[in-house]
Amino acid sequence: MGKIVVVTSGKGGVGKTTSSASLATGLARRGLQTAVLDFDVGLRNLDLIMGCERRVVYDFVNVIQGDATLNQALIRDKRVENLYILPASQTKDKEALHQDGVAKVLEDLNSRFDFIICDSPAGIEHGALMAMHFADEAIVVTNPEVSSVRDSDRILGLLQSKTVKAKNGEVIKEHLLLTRYDPERVQRGDMLSVEDVQEILAIPLLGVIPESKSVLTASNSGEPVILDEVSDAGQAYSDAVARLLGEELPQRFIHPVKKGFFSRLLGG
Amino acid sequence: MGIFSYFRSKKSTAQVAKNRLQIIVAHERAQNSGYDFLPRLRQEILLVVQKYVHVELEHINVDVNRDGDCEVLEFNVTLPDSKS
Ligand SMILES: Nc1ncnc2c1ncn2[C@@H]1O[C@H](COP(=O)(O)OP(=O)(O)O)[C@@H](O)[C@H]1O
Ligand SMILES: [Mg+2]
Repeated sequence: MGKIVVVTSGKGGVGKTTSSASLATGLARRGLQTAVLDFDVGLRNLDLIMGCERRVVYDFVNVIQGDATLNQALIRDKRVENLYILPASQTKDKEALHQDGVAKVLEDLNSRFDFIICDSPAGIEHGALMAMHFADEAIVVTNPEVSSVRDSDRILGLLQSKTVKAKNGEVIKEHLLLTRYDPERVQRGDMLSVEDVQEILAIPLLGVIPESKSVLTASNSGEPVILDEVSDAGQAYSDAVARLLGEELPQRFIHPVKKGFFSRLLGG
Repeated sequence: MGIFSYFRSKKSTAQVAKNRLQIIVAHERAQNSGYDFLPRLRQEILLVVQKYVHVELEHINVDVNRDGDCEVLEFNVTLPDSKS
């Protein structure tokens, strides 16, 4: 039996897809059979971030409608073993991802994968509810910014009321992943700190991913940033993967780095 | 007063953001708590309080908060400055 983990946020553009891609890649690199699923019907993007957009033949909706088998639709990652991607459909009909269909796909995946990462669309509508519906755990991706924190709180409410686990009186394990964090702005007092956000949302912290130029370069070339092992964001995602697996690690990227004269000069 | 003490005396915007979030999040949790009578309760409290002091709806907060195993219904009325 695998673990179904939804990566969700309410607000768009906070880093769900970036995080789904890197966490899934990190889990697979540790030898765990991992599938990462794009639930963003009509706005397929995970394929680009994973660098497999040219290899998409069938998608999630094709599988649900019986036009393709799950094995035909799953794309095997070329860099990392044990890693598979199920792309979203570009169809306009969002309802095509209906509950029974999603249930069947997840059941099938659950019997052969250790981790199933569900990349949720933004919003609190059908797509987001489907992505979280069968989850065992939730990673709530939040930026240190008022609207993102508020939306995350809304999502926590939905996780605690609308999911299968909640309806069965069980609890979904929730994790906070704070992304696009800028320790220098926090120090100056113009960005919410990790403590501030934790105090408001009151869920355990999985990790803090710094605002980093390496995220854009990674997405430019279709390589999840976790594969960029020298980058701060890549290392922060590796730490988050370790914590997801129960390891205890200190937070590394929450304080400003002291810059020397030369690194300032070079714009580092 | 120099420009530096001016900036120092002001709350940081992060602090302002945190305070605003604490209020709105508590409020929305209460709204989504399943007690749909809360808005009407707030209106009625307003009418009662207005018999004694002049307050507006925005000064009345009605929230449901979770404290361990029990839920707590909280009322908060911010009184206006006595001078104004
Ligand atoms: N840690 C980060 N540092 C810098 N940019 C980031 C970071 N995380 C995400 N981004 C950027 O933010 C944008 C939205 O990210 P994405 O993962 O697509 O968000 P979502 O899936 O939540 O809509 C992208 O342009 C991405 O490159
Ligand atoms: Mg996305």
